[in-house]
Amino acid sequence: MSVPILEMKNITKQFPGVKALDDVSFKVERENIHCLVGENGAGKSTLMKVLSGVHPHGSYEGEIYISGELQEYSNTRDSEKAGIAVIYQELALVPEMTVYENVFLGHEIRRGINININETIKQTVEVLKKVGLDVNPSTKVKYLGIGKQQLVEIAKALSRDAKLLVLDEPTSALNESDSENLLNLLRELKKEGVTSILISHKLQEVISVADKVTVLRDGQSVITLDGHNGEVNEDVLIKHMVGRSIENIYPDREKKPFGDVVFEVRDWSAYDPRRGRNLLEDVNIKLKKGEIVGITGLMGAGRTELALSLFGNPVGYQIKGEMLINGKPVSFSNPHDAIEAGLAYVTEDRKGNGLILIQDVKSNITIANLDRITEGGVINENAEIKDAREYTESLDIKTPSINQKVLYLSGGNQQKVSLAKWLYVQPDVMILDEPTRGIDVGAKYEIFTIMNSLVEQGMSIIMISSELPEILGMADRIYVVSSGRITGELQKEEADQETIMRFATM
Amino acid sequence: MTFFKEIIQLLKKNIRDYGMFIALFVIMAYFAIATDGVFISSRNISNLLNQMGYIAVLAIGMTLVIVIRHIDLSVGFMAGFLGAIAAIALTQWNLPVALVIPLVMIFGIFAGLITATTIARFGIPSFVATLAGWLIYRGALSQATLKTGTIVIPNDSFNALGNGYIPDLPLPNFLPGLHKLTLLLGVVAAVAFVISEISSRKKKMAYDFEVLSKSMFVVKIVFMLLLLGAITYVLAGYNGLSWTAVIVLAVTLIYHFLTTQTYLGRHIYAVGGNPEAAELSGISVNKITYVVFGSMGLLTALSGMLFASRLQSATTTAGTLFELDAIAAAYVGGVSSAGGVGKVTGSLVGAIVMMSLTNGMNLMGIDISTQYMVRGAVLVLAVIFDVATRKRV
Ligand SMILES: Nc1ncnc2c1ncn2[C@@H]1O[C@H](COP(=O)(O)OP(=O)(O)OP(=O)(O)O)[C@@H](O)[C@H]1O
Ligand SMILES: [Mg+2]
Repeated sequence: MSVPILEMKNITKQFPGVKALDDVSFKVERENIHCLVGENGAGKSTLMKVLSGVHPHGSYEGEIYISGELQEYSNTRDSEKAGIAVIYQELALVPEMTVYENVFLGHEIRRGINININETIKQTVEVLKKVGLDVNPSTKVKYLGIGKQQLVEIAKALSRDAKLLVLDEPTSALNESDSENLLNLLRELKKEGVTSILISHKLQEVISVADKVTVLRDGQSVITLDGHNGEVNEDVLIKHMVGRSIENIYPDREKKPFGDVVFEVRDWSAYDPRRGRNLLEDVNIKLKKGEIVGITGLMGAGRTELALSLFGNPVGYQIKGEMLINGKPVSFSNPHDAIEAGLAYVTEDRKGNGLILIQDVKSNITIANLDRITEGGVINENAEIKDAREYTESLDIKTPSINQKVLYLSGGNQQKVSLAKWLYVQPDVMILDEPTRGIDVGAKYEIFTIMNSLVEQGMSIIMISSELPEILGMADRIYVVSSGRITGELQKEEADQETIMRFATM
Repeated sequence: MTFFKEIIQLLKKNIRDYGMFIALFVIMAYFAIATDGVFISSRNISNLLNQMGYIAVLAIGMTLVIVIRHIDLSVGFMAGFLGAIAAIALTQWNLPVALVIPLVMIFGIFAGLITATTIARFGIPSFVATLAGWLIYRGALSQATLKTGTIVIPNDSFNALGNGYIPDLPLPNFLPGLHKLTLLLGVVAAVAFVISEISSRKKKMAYDFEVLSKSMFVVKIVFMLLLLGAITYVLAGYNGLSWTAVIVLAVTLIYHFLTTQTYLGRHIYAVGGNPEAAELSGISVNKITYVVFGSMGLLTALSGMLFASRLQSATTTAGTLFELDAIAAAYVGGVSSAGGVGKVTGSLVGAIVMMSLTNGMNLMGIDISTQYMVRGAVLVLAVIFDVATRKRV
């Protein structure tokens, strides 16, 4: 047997108040796709940051071997030189730069002291083709959706001839067909001699692509399974990840007749003066009390734009149409009005516009509804601590304390803080935009359970998601969006993947 | 042994918070030795506090401006201009002091709101908007003092703001040579400090948050009391607490309270930390911009009046470079231009650090060109220290 391309031995990594990795050993064979799974906060990203030198040598205990040689990285440049390319969970692109500038950022193709732009663009086109991204390489990255940005990020790693590719939840923002493309890409690359480490919460794709799967739990490596002898299936993975089995990931909900229509938009159109085009055209949506309505469609269909335009329109679209709450016409001039009227919006991009990363868990939870804990403008600290504790516990947010900066929480726990923040507003209508992105199965189940109990208590939910299984599992009624228009409305009973996809591509 | 370990750990963990105090202490100790004690004489310390007053108030306002990711370059000449308005109001319009002070403050707020309008409503970068303000207020100051040149202010109560001291208790035989009211205020402050520390510790323990061990807590209290005692004693040994010091303390306390305890403070730091998230949380970023620049204008007016009062006149160049001193003080005090980080108390200490440097070097007879370079170096060192300690996880 050949020397493994990567071997990490007895890695321990301690943060103040958290032991993120506890004596983890991890071995990756050459030309494999090795998946890393585990609950939120299990230590997956941390392990990869140790590997890539984000956490430099000396800040952790243990040893790293690449092809049998001991490695001591003091920064990410060192690991890049050793042939390791990492795509982090947090995107690391420069929004104001073009696609080709981003792809070759830090290893520009030069001619003398100039950058050879033609050659750069040519190579960018090639590598974009590889990742199946069809955009003009001179587009600024900020104009791309989060899904396309992810692909640029992958192209960037590929352009560096990496031997070991680490992908931290690359598909969490991608729709099914893009995800499938990416997995095929990894299989292709494997044939060309590239080894991949893939972190994912989407167990189906792990099962389909993995040569090996390692499960982390609470900072320890629980087991490594072989993907080829049939020992890997969803139940086994969940059991190792969570430590118990979960019967039905979409928990049942008591069937109750829905109440009156609480929220409605009629002939809703939005024009974006900056992009100079219509984002939404004649959208009609109804939401009844106690109902979960799913909104799905392909990436870029206008779902997030719809949510923003409904939620006080902070981006400044030009809007036509009517919005009714409990049958009465309303209009919001900013998100504050929307919150006052009983709306909440859990954003898709929790780092960009969801959370204040440099602030602690407590302040993030209370920020959208400080009224609840202020008297005469003064914050009642005791009440704030009590409430923040309550929400942290009821959503099972894993954090050493409510005084921890959100920046230091794992992705999934950040998402739960985002949810807690909006539950704290006690809304009547909650818009959830990709609520389970980057969340582990256990936490997904918890979030679905919470959603169920919310609607049972009379809340109404609009759930935007590209994950068809979860839309099918959770929504009572489904709207399909394509190019800014509603192309289909389906009852739960008549919906299936094929029908939805047909409407989504209309 | 564990006791010293805890001290060291505590210092390591809170190096950011304590670093500035340590730096201040080192600077003061150095000047005390280099000037044979003149630097820490009652008279000089009292003088130093009066000198830094008008920068300290600006630095406090600037802190919030930088926290919300903006900058205000116009405050120097705006302060000079508003000081001139105060002088004109007193000497030419013959308005009473009690009216002039609030009136000029209202002008200040108004000026700040105009700045905010260009930024929030028209979307001009604050650097550019306030650079324009710098030019405009410089011109306005020249024009206001064009006919008369320097305007002398013959009003004693106005001039007391920058030069006067609080009255003493009428007890001539009790503790002669010391300012009794200052001592009394010192004692009141000490008691208030101890009570608030104990209650905050109790509260933290009730929520099982981490607290200092008992011995450490006592050490900290004793240390702070000694510091407070020393300052009180030094000030009481001269003329007592000056009106400038009272004003600076009041502004600091009010802003400290606003930023740490209130709704408004939360909103300001939220906007600084992530404007998009703040907007979607129902906070109007524009409104906060107006509030912060309005407050900056108010404090600029105060600063301008303190300066005019100190010189007992409004001069044609009043306010020159104040903005840079204020910005430097804020950065030395630990604000971050990335937004969302910075304490008003830090900026106050920053202002004291910068003014101590000037004052100490003056006493040592170091020439002005060297002084600029030293101050520049300290500014850079302070920010390097800040950035380095911020990175540590
Ligand atoms: N810089 C840091 N400072 C403090 N704690 C940290 C830091 N980075 C990670 N942690 C903590 O270490 C633990 C492991 O986090 P990590 O990000 O590795 O989890 P993960 O397995 O990638 O989770 P997810 O699936 O949610 O992304 C978490 O409890 C997290 O809060
Ligand atoms: Mg992670």
